Amino acid sequence: MITAIEGGGNMAQSALSMDVRRVGERVSIVDIRGDVTGASEEALTDAYNRATSSETRAVLFNFEQLEYMNSGGIGLLVTLLVRANRQRQAMMAFGLSDHYRQIFELTRLDDAIGIYDDEQAALAAAGVS
Amino acid sequence: MTSSSQKPASSAQPEVIDESEIPEEVVPKEVGARDAANWAKQITELSVTDAPPEAVNLNVTGRRVVSPIQGFGRMWQKTYRVRIEGGPSPAELIAEWKTNFPAFWPERNNFYGPLTGIAPGEVALLNLAMPGRLRLSTGVLVLYADEESFTLMTPEGHMFAGWITFSAFEADGATVAQAQVLLRANDPVYEVGMMLGGFRKEDVFWIHTLRKLAAHFGVEAEPEKQVVCVDKKRQWKRAGNVRHNAAIRSGIYALGAPVRAVAAPFRRAGG
Repeated sequence: MITAIEGGGNMAQSALSMDVRRVGERVSIVDIRGDVTGASEEALTDAYNRATSSETRAVLFNFEQLEYMNSGGIGLLVTLLVRANRQRQAMMAFGLSDHYRQIFELTRLDDAIGIYDDEQAALAAAGVS
Repeated sequence: MTSSSQKPASSAQPEVIDESEIPEEVVPKEVGARDAANWAKQITELSVTDAPPEAVNLNVTGRRVVSPIQGFGRMWQKTYRVRIEGGPSPAELIAEWKTNFPAFWPERNNFYGPLTGIAPGEVALLNLAMPGRLRLSTGVLVLYADEESFTLMTPEGHMFAGWITFSAFEADGATVAQAQVLLRANDPVYEVGMMLGGFRKEDVFWIHTLRKLAAHFGVEAEPEKQVVCVDKKRQWKRAGNVRHNAAIRSGIYALGAPVRAVAAPFRRAGG
């Protein structure tokens, strides 16, 4: 598990933790818990690095326990998407609440990040039955 | 982070209730996200209301917003910062920045925002200075706003596809004001323009803005800049974005000004 405490100065302290699970050699799942903001870069990058290998073809982000996300967090997802594309990996998301699903659509991240209702549907899309 | 993210402190012992004892009808199906009020509501196309008569709205109404994913050129992250020693708190700085946003811009660049100020979901028209006394007509959507940051997202046809986040935070006893852009040039014409001086002009624009913001708080400070190329690849499948190019459309509009001036009396006479 990767845990980061974000914030500084008079900002509220908020925890972000991420677990990485491998499903076979080609698919990994990153379970996100807490807040994703512009200050989450190190934790997200670490989790992504742990989730990928030369064999990885899809990285699935589990947002079921996402508590808060701001525009800085959305920006980080875009930069991770660039890295995933460079390595010919698909990036997928599941477990988004209606609110965050709308934000993915508003920011047009859904053009490039496949969105699925749950882990089972995302794994099926990644070719894991 | 907004202050709403702080957990309430309480010294009282909480009463423990077994969830199974709560009737189903009082358990909410989905708790509202605490950032819900900070984001623009979902829209498919931009619309502008109550624009002042002097604002030109050629390239905003009916357009979709675009993220860096939909852009054409290389992806850049550009960060501009200025330290404001002995200045306001981050929340005070952002409140002032939101209220006086256009006042810090360089001359001949106009931001026509709503009278209600910068708030999530609002659309502002931009009339920007271009070479040859041309005016580029474009706009932005206020994508996100909280007490310590706000983000503007660009529409189709803008110079770049992406967003710019204005934020403030404390560092080493000072308040730091920051503008961070994540962008791709929207089409091949803009990509060439950005390489031929557009990026330098953008640097000058935001450095001027931050310098003036610091001066607003009585501080003379020189902003610093950090540039990262996030993606060197150009997205050729997005080359067709040029059909929305606001600079080309603004140029054609400017060329038609004499014709419109001659036709105006006849239009008025015709009712």
